[in-house]
Amino acid sequence: MPAPEIARVRAEIDKLYRRESRRIFATLIRLLGDFERAEEALHDAFRAAMEKWPAEGLPQNPVAWLVSAGRFKSIDKQRREKRFDHLEDRPDVSESLSDSGPAPDDLPELLEDDRLRLVFTCCHPALAPDAQVALTLREVCGLATEEIAAAFLTPAPTIAQRIVRAKAKIRDANIPYQVPAREELPERLESVLRVVYLVFNEGYSASSGESATRADLSGEAIRLARLIAELAPGPEVQALLALMLLHESRRETRATPDGELILLDEQDRSRWNRALIDEGAALVRSVLSSQHVGAYAVQAAIAAVHAEAPSAADTDWNEIVGLYDLLMRVTPSPIVALNRAVAVTMRDGPEAGLVQLDALLADGALDGYQLAHAARADFCRRLGRNAEARDAYQRAIKLTAQGPARRFLERRLAALPA
Amino acid sequence: MKYLCLVYLSPEEWNSAPDEACMACGNELRASGHFITGTPLHPTHTATTVRVRNGQLSVTDGPFAETKEQLAGFYLIDARDLNEAIHLASKIPPAQFGSIEVRPTRELVVSAQP
Repeated sequence: MPAPEIARVRAEIDKLYRRESRRIFATLIRLLGDFERAEEALHDAFRAAMEKWPAEGLPQNPVAWLVSAGRFKSIDKQRREKRFDHLEDRPDVSESLSDSGPAPDDLPELLEDDRLRLVFTCCHPALAPDAQVALTLREVCGLATEEIAAAFLTPAPTIAQRIVRAKAKIRDANIPYQVPAREELPERLESVLRVVYLVFNEGYSASSGESATRADLSGEAIRLARLIAELAPGPEVQALLALMLLHESRRETRATPDGELILLDEQDRSRWNRALIDEGAALVRSVLSSQHVGAYAVQAAIAAVHAEAPSAADTDWNEIVGLYDLLMRVTPSPIVALNRAVAVTMRDGPEAGLVQLDALLADGALDGYQLAHAARADFCRRLGRNAEARDAYQRAIKLTAQGPARRFLERRLAALPA
Repeated sequence: MKYLCLVYLSPEEWNSAPDEACMACGNELRASGHFITGTPLHPTHTATTVRVRNGQLSVTDGPFAETKEQLAGFYLIDARDLNEAIHLASKIPPAQFGSIEVRPTRELVVSAQP
């Protein structure tokens, strides 16, 4: 084969690796019954492609070729390792994938099912929540352990340990590699969506560190939600996707070029991403018209009202307060009540908001929550109650670990009249 | 009278007693007519805790029973996979008041006798 042709084949293999390797991996887990073996088989398969394809040309169905090459190499390796093992007795579920010739028609469908199996296995509720997140990013999204560690500001060995333990539990406790049965699906989907939203939030408003946002994590979360929405469509996942798209549309305007925080009412709305807003708003409308009223749907509806308002002053705050009332019925929590109090301030003025906020703070549940104190500081500042505002800013600053958010509060505190 | 002999080990001592010795112990008890059943367990990080409150099933990683909860009984069940085991465990009546720790058993590994 001439050199340019070889280069083209290599580029094609690179592209396949980027686009298809997690899918192939998911199928290999099902065929081989083991994460480690599947990972090894995946690399063996791509190595074999690098050796053979430049000479022989691209096979007719490269993905099917890679799946069967990986499977064949792994089984061969196991045979050599334990000659007298009972591998022959294992039911061979891989018969539908022939070693040569064109792939069966249902291959694409099988591959997609395997990706969904992998998502549900990684987010199984019997795994610790932080292990679910690490495992999903590692195995479904293909992030390196070091990338996950950097994103969560956790030492890489800690993340590696979490992943190793989770895989050991999947193997030893026999967590099945399957999409849950219909009756279990809502509950299991909830735990999957929780992982997705957690990944998004860590990317969108990092809980600590010097950067206010980490775009790559949010991008992964949106990709995951799109995948789930495509494979297991339903109002919850559509609502979550809408919510994330609407938040994401504002990413560029949430911080100055040097990373300082810009609040919603001061953001340059002309720079909000219209394509994301249109997609998110259309999803919200379709979810709400299906009579589905879940927590993600109501939050997405609130985000859509903000996204479609020309300015903070021209926002339909009455609508937003009403949506928070609805959210309080769906998922009552002190944090939802706090957000409602902020919306009441925007609609009726800081005095009305402060009455509600103080009732919430008296309850004690928000004592350690920096945004509650930051909100109180802001209400008092607007009312000219500077001594109270100062106290509240100081409490909020003490509770804030994220650099940009802390510096924002410090600037507001410094700007208070003596 | 039947007695349940529960085996406790710190993680450092988890593999201290060789499987061969444990197998021999079981065989001796069987020969003397005292053995009913017994099995080693996988370590605690393979455990899953199942609770039912107000009809709602809750599944969490780990063996974290409330410290005031005391061992009150056991069921050895045969299930297809962890999902089925969780489902069956949730039907055990005390799941509504306390917790059921679901821990996979393992086989003793003894090299084949000549």
